[in-house]
Amino acid sequence: MTQLKDVVIIGAGPAGMACAVEAASKGLSTVVLDENPQPGGQIYRAIESATENRLRVLGQDYARGRELASEFRQANGVDYRPGSTVWNIGPDRLVEFSRDGKSSAIRAGHLVVATGAIERPCPLPGWTLPGVTTAGALQILLKTSGITYEGAVLTGSGPLLWLLAAQMVDAGSPPKAIVETVPRERLFRTLPELIAALGAREYLLKGMSMIRKVKRSGVRIHLGAEDIAIEGSGAVSAIRFRSKGTEHRIATDTVALHQGVVPNQQVTRLLGCRHFWDDNQKCFRPELSEDRETSCAHVYVAGDGGGIEGAKSAEMQGRLVGLAIAEKEGRGTGPRITELRLALKREARVRPFLEKLYTPSRQILHPDDATVICRCEEVTAGSVRETVAQGAPGPNQVKSFLRTGMGPCQGRICGLVVTSVISESSGKSPDDVDYYRIRPPLKPLPLAELADYSADMPDSRDPA
Amino acid sequence: MTIVPAPHTTPDLLVIGGGIHGCAAALFAAKRGMSVTVIEKDSVARHASGVNAGGVRRLGRDFAEVPISVRSMQIWHDIPDLLGEDCGFQIAPQIKLAENEEELAGLRKRAEELAMLGFEHEVVLDRHRVRELLPAVADHVVGGLACLDDGFAQPFWTTTAFRRKAEQLGAVFVEGTRAERLLREAGNWVVTTLTDSYRAPKVLISCGAWSGILAAQLDEPVPVQAIAPLMLVTSRLPAFCNAVVGATGRPLSFKQMPNGTVVIGGGRRGIAEPASNRSEILFSQLRLTADTAISLFPIMAGATIIRAWSGIEGCMPDEIPVIGASRKHEGIFYSFGYSAHGFQLGPAVGELMAELAATGSTQTDLSKFSIDRFHSNQCQ
Repeated sequence: MTQLKDVVIIGAGPAGMACAVEAASKGLSTVVLDENPQPGGQIYRAIESATENRLRVLGQDYARGRELASEFRQANGVDYRPGSTVWNIGPDRLVEFSRDGKSSAIRAGHLVVATGAIERPCPLPGWTLPGVTTAGALQILLKTSGITYEGAVLTGSGPLLWLLAAQMVDAGSPPKAIVETVPRERLFRTLPELIAALGAREYLLKGMSMIRKVKRSGVRIHLGAEDIAIEGSGAVSAIRFRSKGTEHRIATDTVALHQGVVPNQQVTRLLGCRHFWDDNQKCFRPELSEDRETSCAHVYVAGDGGGIEGAKSAEMQGRLVGLAIAEKEGRGTGPRITELRLALKREARVRPFLEKLYTPSRQILHPDDATVICRCEEVTAGSVRETVAQGAPGPNQVKSFLRTGMGPCQGRICGLVVTSVISESSGKSPDDVDYYRIRPPLKPLPLAELADYSADMPDSRDPA
Repeated sequence: MTIVPAPHTTPDLLVIGGGIHGCAAALFAAKRGMSVTVIEKDSVARHASGVNAGGVRRLGRDFAEVPISVRSMQIWHDIPDLLGEDCGFQIAPQIKLAENEEELAGLRKRAEELAMLGFEHEVVLDRHRVRELLPAVADHVVGGLACLDDGFAQPFWTTTAFRRKAEQLGAVFVEGTRAERLLREAGNWVVTTLTDSYRAPKVLISCGAWSGILAAQLDEPVPVQAIAPLMLVTSRLPAFCNAVVGATGRPLSFKQMPNGTVVIGGGRRGIAEPASNRSEILFSQLRLTADTAISLFPIMAGATIIRAWSGIEGCMPDEIPVIGASRKHEGIFYSFGYSAHGFQLGPAVGELMAELAATGSTQTDLSKFSIDRFHSNQCQ
């Protein structure tokens, strides 16, 4: 018999951990499936094993993840299964996953998708060269092993770019340069949002102090950069761009790209939840109720997978969802749900400013014809435009013609770009263009493991 | 519902359904000089025609289908001339493996029976010959049956290429338009949709799993069932197989694509939800597909599944399609229920339906495919 659990949570980042704590505290049987060996997600990655020095380098916002992780570890009744990769959600929330090379399944009474965000892919000339990485990837190295790259150039926009630069400065290996793509006039255009964001001024102050720290350390900073291209034959040798009307070329063997993060839609798309285009965040988000339930009953999203709001909000959303489910199951939850909703509203005040200031650059949203946008199948933006001109109305037809999104990444990397290229070429809104139909498995699955899989076999690791 | 007067001219033939059968019929009718309109509730090649495994196979067909399949193969071999695009069509052996002597004896008997009917395209492979063609096949395989110049094609490309060619010859395609009702009015059929109506003296119903709804309206109910055949594709492997392989005793369709990926399907089914256009993948079923593939090709033990998918298809209880004229109404024609093996038949049946619509009859005997075959027992 397949196990039935009241709550199955996918992801052990801040949202997943907090949700588990609340759901279990109300006596609901709760399972947390997470790919990583330790809780924390991306934001608090390796939080339990971080050394004091690493905590110092990574800063207060990272270190506070320790409290949540320890609350999660101590929660009674949370069945935490690290190293689990969910590869499908079958009918009636049958969660199918792989752990230790074996696949099994749990049926979820309520399913909480806490799979967070992914970095927005940054297609620009040369981005597929070895030596090109992302700010997020560099930060993961820093969190998990304390490694930093000497002489890396960070380019793009967004808070993480400056945070990583500040952390690299503190780690003693500052980046060679920061090449920021925010247009110079944009700060003035965001004045109304900036004023509204004063209600959450601790974020603004933190941001300013990060930028000050990087500047004081002597890192070369280029603002308002355009027409970025990465050069190299076989591997990165330099980055070129234009800033303040001047052409620049910086020699480097490591370029880290970043243009913000976007919700990881794979699970909610697989389930067929309704999504909408958020033009401020330039991404799709699942439609959510006040309790963060999707258009599919009993499926919830907690954290950045529902729209980018940051780690603190993710934690509060996780608690909110855990309590909302408990409420539905007839467990009393008191006034906390209302308090959390209010706190989430306060926390969100800084977002419009950040979203407007750090809108991804045009070069990324609408790449040149020659730029590869689907890395797995090596398809250029130009081929997608041609296919649209020949009559392909949406991503699924483009996929059928060009194989975009059919590679091992399952469209995670090219999906949003393909939608925005089709939208631009056809004049249709991103909502009308829509997104790939996502097919399982969500992550590549060994054929031999599937051959051994039985959905009806109990999971031998669990005594229940 | 109000019937809006049709803004269209009245075509000679209205085709309901933009799959390969509808598109091929539209093309061949247009080649005969008929004016054709195709209405499709979603988009052309959205369902079974666009997402099937792409096998172009005469091998192993029901004897009733063999003459049509053989004719279709001739058209396939000339597909670039017909459509101006090659549709990814490649000639390759289709091989059905025998895993024991009993299965092989059955295959041998079939080949002899076909030969007596005058068809020589299926040949028996012995243990040695099967390994010449499939060096990676498992040790226990004792032989097989093959059509050496069958092949495979890209289904979405093929179906949309039929559409493009038909359009070049004047056919009109209207997508996102679902036929709701068929009514007879002054010598024409009127097909109403939510927003519009279409009028034509002749109507071809070729909308796969959804055809039964329209046939029932015409008082010709048929037991067509919506099914969701399951397929999966692996990551790239070094080239090891240039044939399309099936098995005798268990369902399988196995093919390594030119890019190295391996597409595996052939009979296991998910859950079809035709009303919502969705189908559910059942990995408990695909598990059996994975197991079969590994046991016939041990190299597959190292492969990784990248994607699984399904498409909604119409299946008949006897697993052969409904092809031919209505038994009750003038000007109504049917072509559906291909039961997950209609892709190869598309070109020849398209040609037949055009012949039928244009002349009222066909040279080929279609009696085995008649729509009323499921009721004959009750009538007698």
